[in-house]
Amino acid sequence: MSDLPLRSQLAVALGRTAARMSRIAGKGDGSVIGGRIGLRLDPELLTRLARDRNLALVSATNGKTTTTRLITSAMTPLGEVATNAFGANMPTGHVSALASARTARYGVLECDEKYLPMVLAETGANVVALMNLSRDQMDRAGEIWLLAGKWRKALEAAPQSHVIANCDDPLVTWGASTAKSVTWVAAGQHWREDSWCCPECGGPLDRQGGEENSDWRCRQCHFARPRPDWILHGDQVVAPDGRSFPLGQLSLPGRANRSNAAVALAVVAQFGVAPEHALPLLGEVKSVAGRYTTVEHEGRRLRLLLSKNPAGWLEAFDVLQPAPGPVALSVNAQGPDGRDTSWLWDVDYRILRGRPIWVAGERRVDLAARLEAADVAFTMVDDIEQAVMAVPPGHLDVIANYTAFQNIRTRYGRVV
Amino acid sequence: MSSDSTQAAPRRPLRIVWIYPDLLSTYGDQGNTIVLERRAALRGIPTQTVNLRSDEPVPPDGDIYLLGGGEDRPQILAAQRLRNDGGLIQAARQGAVVFGVCAGYQILGHEFGGEEGQPVPGLGLLDMHSNRGAQRAVGEIVGDVAGELGVPRITGFENHQGVTHLGQNVHPFAQVIAGIGNGNGYEGAYSGHVLGTYMHGPALVRNPGLADLLLTWAAGHPLQPIDDSWAGRLREERLAAVLN
Repeated sequence: MSDLPLRSQLAVALGRTAARMSRIAGKGDGSVIGGRIGLRLDPELLTRLARDRNLALVSATNGKTTTTRLITSAMTPLGEVATNAFGANMPTGHVSALASARTARYGVLECDEKYLPMVLAETGANVVALMNLSRDQMDRAGEIWLLAGKWRKALEAAPQSHVIANCDDPLVTWGASTAKSVTWVAAGQHWREDSWCCPECGGPLDRQGGEENSDWRCRQCHFARPRPDWILHGDQVVAPDGRSFPLGQLSLPGRANRSNAAVALAVVAQFGVAPEHALPLLGEVKSVAGRYTTVEHEGRRLRLLLSKNPAGWLEAFDVLQPAPGPVALSVNAQGPDGRDTSWLWDVDYRILRGRPIWVAGERRVDLAARLEAADVAFTMVDDIEQAVMAVPPGHLDVIANYTAFQNIRTRYGRVV
Repeated sequence: MSSDSTQAAPRRPLRIVWIYPDLLSTYGDQGNTIVLERRAALRGIPTQTVNLRSDEPVPPDGDIYLLGGGEDRPQILAAQRLRNDGGLIQAARQGAVVFGVCAGYQILGHEFGGEEGQPVPGLGLLDMHSNRGAQRAVGEIVGDVAGELGVPRITGFENHQGVTHLGQNVHPFAQVIAGIGNGNGYEGAYSGHVLGTYMHGPALVRNPGLADLLLTWAAGHPLQPIDDSWAGRLREERLAAVLN
């Protein structure tokens, strides 16, 4: 079997599947899509490409692209690593990532949360990293309690896979706890609005105050936070052997990326890369598909931050320049963004009070209504360029959701 | 709740109770609380909001109770707890304003469909029952509101798989112009001061007139008009986007 004919066949077969997926995705819910795609996709393709490799799957609501990149960087001492570096996180993307690195013995695949059960079944991945689950674009992403339940079934059926999971997220913990072997990482949880009820019984969860390494347990049933093997404390990660590693070498900013790095260290340790060897390699990742990139334009330094859902906005606020640094916000509601902007009301924008704020994007009136209700003063612009030219030369943070981000990135320069 | 002292204290804050945000708050439901607080404040009416967790008893002395959207399991849990508690049913029967959105709307009826389609008992505050339809209704919804309510054309986003059948003792809230709603050309339902809608999440944000209807019911007298400002522009923009 020669390489090209197989890849051609793959492209044709998967192209058809992707088109069908897209049509179905507009109408059905996650379980319908999963079932239909399972039937459509020839199982041999992804399975054959995955065979005889050491694979890690990385899934979460937020941070999966970045964490995939961090893990891949830290695994370079092991040799060539196949990866879907640009966020193509569904089976078509996995097939092309593996097909374009046929000799790689290792693979790190970012995986859409909904597709994780199917991709795990197809690939039999050695390691599955699960970081967080929170409300996302509901018109396409579906419901997270249901999703965690599907993870449970998938992991129960995959006893060969070792799971690395964030035990500070109760829903992730529940989703991971059917796995045969788990490394628990206390990676923190800042967005808690989806974690007040026990996923096991629906009872109230009692939670300690701190956002990192804080305990939680159900008041009514046995479900409680497992003892963590790895612990993130501020900018230190404590490994299972008790050694502490500072994360000061990270180039990516903010607590969300310290959390991503803690998970990455646990994953690569599973493949035999020690934290002291991994850390400098994590520091080599400076931007991820344009995120965190600073671009220069007419004397302004624009830093581009992608935020797609309430938990993501919380993390973007965490890395803003100190007040009163100016911020431009841009929101669209195209298909990839979710066509519903209700989520704006789950974000607490009051933190932006006292800064010069510009609002742009196709749904700037939605943003305006939201900011007005939060008593945040702002200036509306028809085009992001007006905001860029209105701020004095210097730094401007730009927070945008998916297609708004892509538009800005295309305009001011693509830096990967 | 109606003691003699209430009329001597007209500045008693309007009490808003957000029912079970730990179960019924999937997508921007907080917006309804924010909008009611804001539109009351602009008229000099102070408010006091309780974010009521599902392990707490429902206070019977609220003026406006809000129920948001939720996934199947949380919806069933919320209905069970509200039935066991009884406080919301009691408050509604005494004339309190109850506003339910999506899953919260279905809970207000006699019965709704669970995750396997099984019937789950609701609160019976609205004479209606809901079950699961063949496919999800996802997208913008526009409707003309029942005339007696005096609320202009509504705009919202729906994302549900419910079909709701209204009984004799309840009125449809609006006639659907775009979207699905209850599934038979109508959207939502109301009876007395209990009102529910499939417009999910922050339904009151885009519909300042509906927010004012609830506030008027709670205050017991007409409210002075205020500038709808950006929310009004948002309403116009969404209506134009769907209807043009």
